[in-house]
Amino acid sequence: MRIAVLLKQIPDLVEDLELAPDGTDVDREFLAFTLNEFDDQALEEALCLKDAGDAEVVAVALEEPDVDQCLYTALAKGADRAVKLTGAGEGWIDGHRRSAILAAWLATAEFDLILTGVQAADDLDGQLPPLLAARLGLPHASVVVRVELKGQVALVRQELGGGTVADEELRLPAVIGIQAARQAPRYASISRIRQAQQAGGLEEVGAPATDAGPGYHLVRLLAPEAAGHAQMLGGSAGEVAERIVELIRAKGL
Amino acid sequence: MSNDVLVLAEHRDGAVSDVTFELLGKAREIAASWGGRTVALLLGQRELAAELGAADTVQCAEHAALETYNPEAYEAVVLQALEQLEPRLVLTSTTTVGLDLGAALSVRWDAPLVSYVTGLSAGDGTALATAQIYGGKLLAEVELSGPRALCAVLAGSFPHAAGRGETAPTVETLDATGLLDDLRTVVTSVVSPEGGDVDITAADLLVSVGRGIGSQANLEVVEELAEALGAPLAASRPLIDQGWLPKARQVGKSGLSVKPKVYLMFGISGAPEHLEGMRDAELVIACNTDAKAPIFDVADYGTTVDLFDLVPELVSRVAG
Ligand SMILES: Cc1cc2nc3c(=O)[nH]c(=O)nc-3n(C[C@H](O)[C@H](O)[C@H](O)COP(=O)(O)OP(=O)(O)OC[C@H]3O[C@@H](n4cnc5c(N)ncnc54)[C@H](O)[C@@H]3O)c2cc1C
Repeated sequence: MRIAVLLKQIPDLVEDLELAPDGTDVDREFLAFTLNEFDDQALEEALCLKDAGDAEVVAVALEEPDVDQCLYTALAKGADRAVKLTGAGEGWIDGHRRSAILAAWLATAEFDLILTGVQAADDLDGQLPPLLAARLGLPHASVVVRVELKGQVALVRQELGGGTVADEELRLPAVIGIQAARQAPRYASISRIRQAQQAGGLEEVGAPATDAGPGYHLVRLLAPEAAGHAQMLGGSAGEVAERIVELIRAKGL
Repeated sequence: MSNDVLVLAEHRDGAVSDVTFELLGKAREIAASWGGRTVALLLGQRELAAELGAADTVQCAEHAALETYNPEAYEAVVLQALEQLEPRLVLTSTTTVGLDLGAALSVRWDAPLVSYVTGLSAGDGTALATAQIYGGKLLAEVELSGPRALCAVLAGSFPHAAGRGETAPTVETLDATGLLDDLRTVVTSVVSPEGGDVDITAADLLVSVGRGIGSQANLEVVEELAEALGAPLAASRPLIDQGWLPKARQVGKSGLSVKPKVYLMFGISGAPEHLEGMRDAELVIACNTDAKAPIFDVADYGTTVDLFDLVPELVSRVAG
């Protein structure tokens, strides 16, 4: 059983996002990048599948800021291989292009199961799991919170919203968009990550060429102008607490 | 190509989802300005067509595999419908159905997709979509000028009244014969949520906590406040996924929708999926150290005081 986990670095949302001069991307120059949190969940679920049986886990990412660290962390956590697809381009790689690059590479490598995060914060042109599945002609399910393997079938639990879930069986190979792993993502210590780095073993492969794109015209990005803004309560913690208690009391509670 | 706008109707537990009416209202507006029709596509549960009167026609497909959502079956039937009907614009929501199908249809029907759309207007031969990215920290304006396009709309973006039609729509049948015979995806069961230890949807006052709490051990701080206020403790999704609180405490798209008189939140950023579950709260008070957190665009009152400074002050006032 060979499982691919697709990982993506995105700007850390804890930071302020400034716009680049042409207004169609964030200014990436001084941004910190971090692994898409849902991809981290996908990696965890893949590693749980490996723990539960006989599977090889391959972490795959495009060359993006701080991606080496991300891939070495995956190795330190227990991934068997890490592959970096190089030369896909700088800046914002849209989902259509990303999925075309990944699909072209995945098609050469015979995977039984492809896991990735249900979405990423910059998915303007759609989410990766269905984009990829459509390009590869594979069945898919997204918003999944559990995967089990039974021979060449994946048993998945898909959230339908409002707490309702569907249990589904997908004939492999298939693409699954993970919302949450069965357990919180494991931790890799700095020393284990350093060990992985020293051992090397990051495979670098040229990204397959593609001219795929989203097919729309992105006019600009902008900061939202909220219809309203909260009235901000200033002062010390005590003063703010006082006001909050008044507000609650005013509601008769 | 036509000038029609097609809405993928969604239903759950035997009822049409509210977001479908939002989409129908918007579809009517756009179809009217383009001189096209509004078409609803309803898979399974044909009896629900009567509720879709805002559409000029409802296209129905029925099959055992369409009774509940099956990604592969839905995709096959929707794709065939799009190829036959050739709408100019297709609207889905960003529920599981939209997140699962939208992008696949974009590839297979060869049409651009904009996801997390919150605003949509018709131009001269174009559509202009505004969408949220980076968890609502930024918006993107996207022009769709080609002959076909898809938009996945964030629930709550448009009023649903305009999509609730009075008259009965024309109902037509889509033939799904042959499309669904050899599916690689089978739905084995659909499970509805179980009640939890407390019912957060029934409370007038809710204390809600997010990832800003930092660790499970820190939860004690807000638990104490909730107890002092006699309010149940609710949470954002990441805390539930960590296993720190039971699922029945989750507010949002994949959790519960709440409308308390007061929603008092600590360390929650205000991601669109969380907002979906608390939009209808009467009074929202948010504590978040990031002055630019999107939650302050929807909260009535806000403070950037650190929750670890604020909560003890609240406890001493309420308990005292
Ligand atoms: C299909 C799907 C369904 C989803 N369903 C849901 C759902 O039902 N419910 C839900 O909540 N999410 C849901 N999500 C997840 C959602 O996208 C967000 O990831 C989530 O809401 C973020 O939770 P948060 O605000 O607690 O965490 P974060 O976004 O990490 O925000 C933490 C906030 O805490 C603030 N903070 C940090 N320290 C402090 C401090 N000391 N004092 C005060 N503030 C502090 C930070 O400034 C930050 O704004 C869903 C996602 C998907 C893809």
